[in-house]
Amino acid sequence: MSLKRTDILLCCGSGCVSAGALKVKQALIDELKKQGISEEINIIETGCMGPCDYGPVMMVYPEGVFYRKVSVDDVPEMVEEHFVKGRPLKRLMMQDANEKIFDQIKDIPFYKKQVKVALENCGFINPELIEEYIAVGGYEAIGKALTEYTPEETIEIVKKSGLRGRGGGGFPTGLKWQFGRASQDPVKYIICNGDEGDPGAFMDRSLLEGDPHRVLEGMMLAAYAIGAQKGFFYIRAEYPLAIRRIKNAIQQAHEFGLLGDNIFGTNFSFDAEVRTGAGAFVCGEETALIASIQGKRGEPTSKPPYPSTSGLWEKPTVVNNVETLANLSTIFNKGPEWFAGMGSETSKGTKVFALTGDLNNTGLVEVPMGVTLRELIFEVGGGIPNGRKFKAVQLGGPSGGCLTSEHLDTAIDYESLKAAGAMVGSGGIIVMDDSKCMVNIAKFFLEFSLDESCGKCTPCRVGLKQMHEILERITSGKGKEGDIEELERLGHTIKDTALCGLGQTAPNPVLSTIRYFRNEYESHIKYKSCEATICLPLMHFLIDQDTCIGCGLCSRKCPVSCITGSQKEKYKIDQTACVKCGNCAEVCPVHAVKRIPGTGYTKSDAKNGLYE
Amino acid sequence: MKTLEELRKIREKAQQDMKLRESNTRIKIVVGMGTSGIAMGARDVMKALMEEIANRNLADVLVTQTGEKGLSSMEPVVDVIEEGKPTITYGNITADKARKIVAEHIVNGKVVNDFVVTAQS
Repeated sequence: MSLKRTDILLCCGSGCVSAGALKVKQALIDELKKQGISEEINIIETGCMGPCDYGPVMMVYPEGVFYRKVSVDDVPEMVEEHFVKGRPLKRLMMQDANEKIFDQIKDIPFYKKQVKVALENCGFINPELIEEYIAVGGYEAIGKALTEYTPEETIEIVKKSGLRGRGGGGFPTGLKWQFGRASQDPVKYIICNGDEGDPGAFMDRSLLEGDPHRVLEGMMLAAYAIGAQKGFFYIRAEYPLAIRRIKNAIQQAHEFGLLGDNIFGTNFSFDAEVRTGAGAFVCGEETALIASIQGKRGEPTSKPPYPSTSGLWEKPTVVNNVETLANLSTIFNKGPEWFAGMGSETSKGTKVFALTGDLNNTGLVEVPMGVTLRELIFEVGGGIPNGRKFKAVQLGGPSGGCLTSEHLDTAIDYESLKAAGAMVGSGGIIVMDDSKCMVNIAKFFLEFSLDESCGKCTPCRVGLKQMHEILERITSGKGKEGDIEELERLGHTIKDTALCGLGQTAPNPVLSTIRYFRNEYESHIKYKSCEATICLPLMHFLIDQDTCIGCGLCSRKCPVSCITGSQKEKYKIDQTACVKCGNCAEVCPVHAVKRIPGTGYTKSDAKNGLYE
Repeated sequence: MKTLEELRKIREKAQQDMKLRESNTRIKIVVGMGTSGIAMGARDVMKALMEEIANRNLADVLVTQTGEKGLSSMEPVVDVIEEGKPTITYGNITADKARKIVAEHIVNGKVVNDFVVTAQS
């Protein structure tokens, strides 16, 4: 036996890997070898630790030192100072505003408000070793359930915990299981929905990559409760690492006798396999997902019948989201009362959110339900960078809605967000600063849904296209009176008539931005002005005559030669000829070229005083 | 997997391999690894400590390191920190002395007085 004195936990979530974690790993291996201390130190690849913005990140035990933004060039110094001489490298540790180093990882504001349940082991254990999962209490919950509880009691525990579907819908998990249990059929299926499709959401991927056994154990609990013998992980092919890790987990569970016949000496027999999806957003909808597993085109069918009565191959099927399953083992180990003790009246436990957009700390976080948006954005997320102001937050991806600063004190739970016009959804949170044009943002999300529409039902296929054309018109300066009302009419019709969740929620970004930023739509249409100067036809470049030094660089770089002037007279842009390429603004050495709302040349704009 | 006991046995064994990541070890041995410590052979001391602990299969002992401690004339310096007991600092340690410390102090709980520099509570 060789004794190790240090564990280096290197975050190998996709964020850190793309920031170069694997190169850092190789450099560490080489450098430790060079120093002759490879034998004493473990390097362990873990799942996502959360603060993706600071990647590659690593934890060093037993000291508990947290390093961020580690580059290959830092490695020799780190090995020499820390691993040979025992002096943690201060410049790579997290510091607060006063450059004080945080002693403990839990003191870092990013982690302070977080409570990790589903993500408990993510970043702490090696996801490719079943032993490490067992060491932290893994498979205890399923062992106990199989030997001590009946399936009905198992369902009762989940009901008592108040756990609701984490994929977006928020349907009570215990109730779903009860329906699955009630269906009389000797053959039943459990499916893990890992078809995470929202742009900006990556919690399911991180869970599958960082703690695959936890998701597998959750699936086994669900299978036992409803009486399924077979489970499928449906994961999109864009998640190769997640697929590899879950396949590896299934294989190890087989080797340990945790999958197969008569698990824990009971008459419960269960097996699981992975099915990969081609990455269509609609396949996250359960009926489309089931069709896809059966080898059919990924199109939804109308409900009822619900999958719990007739699902995969017409057999009773329960579809649970990755994060939902990941909560289960802890609920059983710590008790449903413990879980229900967190959260708000109707939404219990914790939820994982993927924080992205204009934030200081982007990444993966897990907070108790019921915290406010303000806490999440300004405390955990660290607020808005570059001295800009908070403008809006998009919750729930392309199916969700935009909320404004008025809603910052809204509690994050299923009901409160729905009432405000957004949704918890899968937990993607995109924060936007005041440089963003809301009409353009709405168009972006609608474009996504339009692309991903399967085309089966008319409201979604044609209706979204119509809405998109109107938005296209508005952002290119051709909007007309009545467009906003038409968007609202179309949006509500699509919501009421589309076949599945994709169509029913796709108009949300447009409807919610109209609701809270109607003035922006109006100024695009009436005054032909984009206040954020994002929509090019509705903004113009203007050279500030006081700042201009007359160097003429802009004029030389202008592709259409619409900038004229001289050193004495300063330079001016001919707005009617300008193609708004932005070259002038980029090259100006004194930043004299300004972005100004409005087209810059029509009379109506001048009258309304929207441009100088 | 037939029983919960079987699972728990696997868990106990697996936890041994992860103990560096937990803070509930009984004894912490800290080796001073500043420049002068290393020059005086602190690396060999640390290796000897780790080998000895591994050979004896001591699961609740942690070996770690720290920077310069200031006791340059007494390098290599080793601290033995145990919850509820005074921290013992040993000086002028060699690999052989380190093995002796493991055998007598860590295993039998008897401080090796000959090597002690200070004892602080």
